[in-house]
Amino acid sequence: MWVYEKKLQYPAKVSKKDPRMAKYLITQYGVPDGELAAALRYLNQRYTMPTRQAKAVCNDIGTEELAHLEIIATLVYKLLKGATLEELKAVDLGGHYAEHDRALFYTDATGNPWTATYIQAKGDPLADLHEDMAAEQKARATYEWLINEAHDDPDLVDTLRFLREREVVHFQRFGEALNNVYEEAQRRRIF
Amino acid sequence: MSHDQLALLHEIQAVEFACIDLQLYLDTHPDDHRALADYNAQAQKMASLKAEYAERYGPLMHFGHEPAGYAWAWVHEPWPWEIAY
Repeated sequence: MWVYEKKLQYPAKVSKKDPRMAKYLITQYGVPDGELAAALRYLNQRYTMPTRQAKAVCNDIGTEELAHLEIIATLVYKLLKGATLEELKAVDLGGHYAEHDRALFYTDATGNPWTATYIQAKGDPLADLHEDMAAEQKARATYEWLINEAHDDPDLVDTLRFLREREVVHFQRFGEALNNVYEEAQRRRIF
Repeated sequence: MSHDQLALLHEIQAVEFACIDLQLYLDTHPDDHRALADYNAQAQKMASLKAEYAERYGPLMHFGHEPAGYAWAWVHEPWPWEIAY
């Protein structure tokens, strides 16, 4: 089971209201390589991982991704706080307003809703772990574009840099889990 | 949220981050005894910081993981997304 902690993993700060950045940031909430997709992908793949280490890595990174989902949500919530309808319309969030007002929703930056077809579970640990590593790299790339866009908000950049760094660490751990799966497979062949 | 409460929360976040990062590392390096000792030291530090926080400001965790005290502080604001860090 999961237990909630009434705190964020990282102190997510923004310097100012900014509906334009909110519109871009929501992408890490609802894209194929965003935090929701990551959490659901890894937590779902853990059941059919063949080694102790790979199960633990999928379980623990999947759990950390839920904390990142909450950080993204907090940033979007803060960036939209107090935005007028005119300000939302000016950055083309009129459609979002009509459907959701200022509520969060799992969409990409252009409003496409999240779908389970974004993620996979092949039941083949080599295929699944490679997908996970690719997802981490794609999320890292998106964070770099977002950091470039957010250059006039040092607080927002600080949190995005933290999230970017975690993608790098997760990629490393999935790579080690992949090696562990290869090694175990080889060991079983010998004995 | 008072300056003191925020400072303690930041301290908990820092120690918990060390625990998270060490946990992921230990998942793929379970025989690294130095990392294991670091994990145990940080976990102990986190437990005492969280107990201090819960006693002063109300519980960070629900479902029985921390005592609730004599008033149900869980419903108190701010929630994590409302805090001005």
